[in-house]
Amino acid sequence: MSLGGIEVQGREAVIAGAALDTANVEGRSQWQLTWRRLRQDKVAMASLVVILIIVALALAAPLFVSIVHHPPNVAYPNTGEDVAGNPVGPGTNGFWLGTDGTGRDLFIRILYGARISLFVGFVTTALGAVAGVTVGLVAGYFGGFVDTILARFTDAVLAFPYIVLALSLAVVVGPSLTVIVAVIAFFSWAAIARIVRGQTLSIKEKEYIEAARSLGAGPFRIMFLDILPNLLAPVLVIVTLYIPTAVVFEATLSFLGLGIQPPVASWGNILADAQNFYQVAWWYVVFPAAALLITTLAFNLLGDGIRDAMDPRTERVFAAGRGGLRARRNKTAGTGGGLDAPHVAPSVPAAGGN
Amino acid sequence: MAMLGFLVRRILTGAVVIWLVASGAFFLFFARPVDTVARQLAGRAATPQVINTVISNLGLNQPVMVQYWHFLDNLLHGDLGYSYYTQEPVDTMLKQDLPPTVSLVLGGLVLWLVAGLSVGIISATRPRSLFDRSSSVAVLVGLSMPVFVIGELLILVVFVPLNKHGFTWIQTGYAGISQGVVTWAGHLILPWITLAAVQAAVYTRLTRGQLLDTLGEDYIRTARSKGISERRVIYRHGVRAALTPVVSQLGVDVGQLLGGVIVVEAVFGLGGLGQVSVEAIDTDNLPVIIGFVVVAAAFVVVANIIVDLVYAVLDPRVRIS
Repeated sequence: MSLGGIEVQGREAVIAGAALDTANVEGRSQWQLTWRRLRQDKVAMASLVVILIIVALALAAPLFVSIVHHPPNVAYPNTGEDVAGNPVGPGTNGFWLGTDGTGRDLFIRILYGARISLFVGFVTTALGAVAGVTVGLVAGYFGGFVDTILARFTDAVLAFPYIVLALSLAVVVGPSLTVIVAVIAFFSWAAIARIVRGQTLSIKEKEYIEAARSLGAGPFRIMFLDILPNLLAPVLVIVTLYIPTAVVFEATLSFLGLGIQPPVASWGNILADAQNFYQVAWWYVVFPAAALLITTLAFNLLGDGIRDAMDPRTERVFAAGRGGLRARRNKTAGTGGGLDAPHVAPSVPAAGGN
Repeated sequence: MAMLGFLVRRILTGAVVIWLVASGAFFLFFARPVDTVARQLAGRAATPQVINTVISNLGLNQPVMVQYWHFLDNLLHGDLGYSYYTQEPVDTMLKQDLPPTVSLVLGGLVLWLVAGLSVGIISATRPRSLFDRSSSVAVLVGLSMPVFVIGELLILVVFVPLNKHGFTWIQTGYAGISQGVVTWAGHLILPWITLAAVQAAVYTRLTRGQLLDTLGEDYIRTARSKGISERRVIYRHGVRAALTPVVSQLGVDVGQLLGGVIVVEAVFGLGGLGQVSVEAIDTDNLPVIIGFVVVAAAFVVVANIIVDLVYAVLDPRVRIS
């Protein structure tokens, strides 16, 4: 073996190699490691690209309007409807994806619907995450009476038939984008709070928290500067998985007629209108449904990818690496350290194989 | 004894949760001006006097706290009040609308359990196989599909073409079981599939994950080393332990679904608890709304208690305390 012109053999080669490695070792933060692993996950990266494309399309909606000259809320009874007054199909009269029940451009309306969906998804998740993390931290850190009150309240929120509250609020206050955002955020914090509380309970017993306390750190410093950074990974994963939930929630509210009100386009209210045209206009159902499905699927796949990248022990169904979990377990279990793993692995039968 | 104490405590906290939820609904709707209801009841041309009479007949002119007290008092006596419009007792109304909801949830439950458990178990025993990979993709698609989208697509690709060609067994709307089981099932088959598609995805994922974890435990290795057949190891030792969290999820889901399959009911026009509540919300029918909320919350609470009990039976390590 030749290392920089010096011939080394056997044992020495290993030592020299190790020394060389140490010399080149470079500190990487957890985020850098995660990003490196995520980049190797083809499905997650594809999802990220799809999400970016959807965001770009949503932002570019006015641009497309200037190309096809069909504003989202303008009906075209002459070109956009056939003789019987039904929607025209994709590609007809300059309507790329056909028209809707009143002769409006379906493609443009789907683009404007994307703006609503993405806005609701991002904003409600951000609000829910801030509230959930705060409540979870406070409940978990202080414990006792505070915890009991907050935990019961969280339970009550989770036990409330959420659609009913959403519908009630929409009726009481009148449906609007603000109400929708408020309602969805109100229901997303509880589950986040529960998870954060659980993690806080275990982290606050760690030695470094005790160290911080003995140095005179106050409760809020400990909660937000010492505990919170250790919770960011699980919170980020939940947040990515919450965005599609929020998107679906908005679509469902609008579908039931209590979300975004016509003529403003939302995927939910487009699909609600499409119900009257099952027999004559398949595109009216299929395209908005596809938009909704692709968006939520992309966020879910990305969320799964981030979770796997954050926690190298999780199994990766899509990624190339084989036997991650099991091999690692055996490594730590084997008395002889890492080298034993290959010998132990085959003795774990059936479940590990294939 | 421990068991009894546990039950009493759980029922008490459950009652507190129901009280919180009911009060939430009560005060939420008190944010609305009372005369909207009265105006609708009294008709368009009603004079202010008539409206005032209606308001006082409904007891809506009393101070909020007095009304709240009445409401709690009635609730404790199991009286959910009367509909503002039809004067029908709320519990009768809710009972009438229970069959579609229960049929939908229980039928769907059978479907999604069979699908979710079997696919989950096969995937877990053959991790990373082609079957496992494709089922994982299917699960993600299922989890990403909004319920009403599945329902609409089913109507578009199954119901519409079939009925066009004269095959009319599959229908929308609800037909009671008294019209014959075949008719009943024909009306419910698409709603069942819709509900089960989403739920089966959740259960497949849960079963697979739990069983994979369980099969990695030491006692499974012990069982295998004793020479027990693989089948027995997986089903008697593995699946039984893996099912505990599945059962707890099941309890929560059934409780929640009984109180809120609104969307499936709406897509297929089934009627049912969900649709009644949407209607009540639309018309400010406070007693019906609160009745529904109380019933729905009670389903969740009861389901949670049952889950905890079943948990203790399934898993001897769980101690009730």
